Amino acid sequence: MMNALIGGALIGIAVSIMLLFVGRVTGISGILGGLLNFETTDKKWRIFFLLGMLFGGLLLRNYDQDQFFKIETKALTIDFVIAGFLVGFGTLLGNGCTSGHGVCGISRLSLRSIFATVLFISSGILSLAIFKYLRGDL
Amino acid sequence: MKFFIIFISGFIFSLGLGLSGMTQPHIVKGFLDVFGEWDPRLIGVMVGAITVHSIAYRLTIKRGSPLLEKSFQLPVKTGIDMRLTVGSIIFGLGWGWAGICPGPGLVGLLSGDVRFILFIGSLLIGMFVFQASQRKFLK
Repeated sequence: MMNALIGGALIGIAVSIMLLFVGRVTGISGILGGLLNFETTDKKWRIFFLLGMLFGGLLLRNYDQDQFFKIETKALTIDFVIAGFLVGFGTLLGNGCTSGHGVCGISRLSLRSIFATVLFISSGILSLAIFKYLRGDL
Repeated sequence: MKFFIIFISGFIFSLGLGLSGMTQPHIVKGFLDVFGEWDPRLIGVMVGAITVHSIAYRLTIKRGSPLLEKSFQLPVKTGIDMRLTVGSIIFGLGWGWAGICPGPGLVGLLSGDVRFILFIGSLLIGMFVFQASQRKFLK
């Protein structure tokens, strides 16, 4: 629990730096969606944020690949493909994911984000229950 | 300077994801497994992130403008609509199925594990399909 709390605080610090310096909400799905959209003109900051994330990922991998990135679930390869599509489509339709709605939006006490977070946690619980039924375990 | 700060922010963000357990699908699934052996660890991520940002948000907004831009660019939409509802439900279905959301998926690319790569590849296709359908719908 302590690691989760410290990790959460780091996430809070990162999104707070973004707000203080560039005045933006930090939502990963929004950052990605903006990069994919030809009409978006502000691509540079998105790329730098993602590069920072990837650099962090590199550090985590070099520190302890097994601790940070071990996938020990019953999910088949096809499950990651199905889930990825739903996450990509759903987050753009719903204007946000765990970071944009779950962290930034709830901190701003946005009614939309609180509603979205309750919904995606609920449908996540449902989805996992179906998954466990079909695949036997987590 | 501005882009260096954004880079550092992304860096801190991904360390937070890694440390908190968000990049490990079994921890995320354990958190969603409320009818089974519930793993409450991820409550810590929400509490930590929201506590810090709730305070920082209020102090920052009081300034009137961010340090390196003219104005804040915060979401302006209010009210709950069908798009928000359906989108959030679909996102949750995918999130619970693999135990991965967009941030941890991206950070996980660096592991070289093909499952993270497939997840993000498919996520980008999902986004692309959404944007293409919207352009068609708007015409």
